Amino acid sequence: MSALLEVRGVTKRFGGLTALNAVDFDLEEGHIASIIGPNGAGKTTFFNVFTGIYLPDEGAVIFRGAPVLGRRPDQITALGICRTFQNIRLFGNMTAIENVLVGMHARVPLAFWDVLSRNPRWRREERGLWERGAEVLGVVGLREKANELARNLPYGEQRRLELARALASQPALLLLDEPTAGMTQGEARSMMALLRRLVGERGLSVLLIEHNMRVVMEVSDRVTVLDYGEKIAEGQPVEVQRNPRVIEAYLGRKRWAPGAGTGAAHA
Amino acid sequence: MRPFRALLDRPVSATILVVAMLAVTAFAVSHYPRSIVAFMLFQASILLLYFARMPAWLKALLTAAALGGLMPILGSINAYYMEIAIQVGIFVALALGLNIVVGLAGLLDLGYVAFFAVGAYSWGIFGSPQANQIFGGSFFPLSPAWFFLFLLVGVGVTAGAGILLGLPVLRLHGDYLAIVTLGFGEVIRVLANNLDKPINFTNGPKGITPISRPPIFFDPLLKAVGIDASPNVIYPLYLYFLVLLIVGVTVLVNRRLEDSHIGRAWEAIREDQTAAQAMGVPLVRMKLMAFACGASFAGAVGVLFSAKQIFINPESFTFMESIGVLAMVILGGMGSIPGAILGATVVTVLNLQVLKGLSLWINDLRNQGVEIFGYSLANLPTQFEPAKYERMVFGLILVLMMIFRPQGILPARRRVRELAEAPPPTEVV
Repeated sequence: MSALLEVRGVTKRFGGLTALNAVDFDLEEGHIASIIGPNGAGKTTFFNVFTGIYLPDEGAVIFRGAPVLGRRPDQITALGICRTFQNIRLFGNMTAIENVLVGMHARVPLAFWDVLSRNPRWRREERGLWERGAEVLGVVGLREKANELARNLPYGEQRRLELARALASQPALLLLDEPTAGMTQGEARSMMALLRRLVGERGLSVLLIEHNMRVVMEVSDRVTVLDYGEKIAEGQPVEVQRNPRVIEAYLGRKRWAPGAGTGAAHA
Repeated sequence: MRPFRALLDRPVSATILVVAMLAVTAFAVSHYPRSIVAFMLFQASILLLYFARMPAWLKALLTAAALGGLMPILGSINAYYMEIAIQVGIFVALALGLNIVVGLAGLLDLGYVAFFAVGAYSWGIFGSPQANQIFGGSFFPLSPAWFFLFLLVGVGVTAGAGILLGLPVLRLHGDYLAIVTLGFGEVIRVLANNLDKPINFTNGPKGITPISRPPIFFDPLLKAVGIDASPNVIYPLYLYFLVLLIVGVTVLVNRRLEDSHIGRAWEAIREDQTAAQAMGVPLVRMKLMAFACGASFAGAVGVLFSAKQIFINPESFTFMESIGVLAMVILGGMGSIPGAILGATVVTVLNLQVLKGLSLWINDLRNQGVEIFGYSLANLPTQFEPAKYERMVFGLILVLMMIFRPQGILPARRRVRELAEAPPPTEVV
């Protein structure tokens, strides 16, 4: 069985800095996978590669058998990959439901003329859009806030609205860049419960970047660890947790016992 | 102010108030045709109509009566008011066009008047003998009936020009975009100024004249009803209704675009273009569409402008005009259709009426030798005429507006929608 997303040997350099070094990665359909790693490990760069924001220097990304690289971000969204941002990037002066409606843009089959003439086709589609928009808001529990300006929502709700906006594009693969950053444990837990439900009900696949280890270990089917742009470990959460190279990447080597660290890393 | 507001919020009292205001002010204008105050009160009562809460059909009816009935009547009493109304209409259409580019899509365009010029020159060249200079012979000017086709040609040509401007600036935003559009505006003006050699396209700074006016195709109809008015009487009214028609179409198109996936995509681009693209909005397409749509309104109204003026030259399309239209949009409230309309009206009336009126008034006082605090106004130097401070007063108003009401007079309000009740979805009105 081929994977939903296949990443082969992706390398991205920024001048002299190699942000990603020949990274391979596979994601099965219906899985939640996490990417972890210390700050500057290349996690967000990795995301930006397959959402069309960066073009890598080498490598290939295949999504459902179709090449992703070289496409524009909006085309990739139409293909079925949608993302959220590490620093929330909502359309602040638009209402919650309008944010969600923008997320549906790629799925709107209307032409310019339909909009100008407001023909029955437009009416039908537009009504359908608003209904689906309200439904998506309901999924993340923001239905009552539909007419609030996005920038007036509290932080946790903004995170959920961003998720709703991404869901609105009907993605097969959802990329979440630190979805629980700045959340309390309670909020983070309900966010993860929501994600699990989405994966269960909609057959969605999810790729997470996350710093909150408790969240990662609880929710992920697989965990990939990046450090200095290289994949240093991959596997089930428990395996990765015990992997000495991972521990080293996060905690550093024991300086007072030279040699011991290196030995442990290869153990 | 509050009891007044309450009065406007109840349909019955609001209707009575508005109708009374319209009637009284229209009556006042008809009896004191030279009184600027009376005419401005009439305009204010139309604004009141906008704020009054009443059934939509009634509002539409009253608006039609005020703009389609009262205004032309007042305009035939004092022809200058008709001229003002036409100019207001032209600037309203321009402001609405620019509102799409700047207000909705957030693409700061400092050369917008270039599109106005392209529209004006497209009819100016072919609706006058000027085209003979290009093609030879004496086939031109085209018969006036072509004017109506040229309204569409103007839309097409300027939409094309909009795309042409859009293509090189797609990668730019913010300050950089503003500078490039500024350059574009200047390029068009300089072209108009210098394209009289080697082939005489625009007749250079001397301008083009005479430009045909639209035909009075309803003349037989008027004669049948027994009206035998001279073209001098008919044309202002005719042009007024044409402007009204263009403004009406502009408002309609604006509203439909704004309240659709296209308008939402534009606003998303304005808010955060990276996020918009990541959500599936094709940036290039939508930006070009914004430029083309915004430009096309200027094109249509430019065609009309050239026919109205009979004479056009590059002086009408300076950088100051672009800034003027931009100021209207900002003053009214960016991204707001009523705001753009009001902004255009306020600025135009301010320039054409208020400041000129003040000068006239002060002149009157001076001639009468009125004294204030023992100082005879007869000694007031002419340099103190408000008309000479037009730009300064205008600038001051802009500064004060931006300090005390940066969102504009009528800022864009988010549409609040009643959503169907929670699932199962049912229709709830």
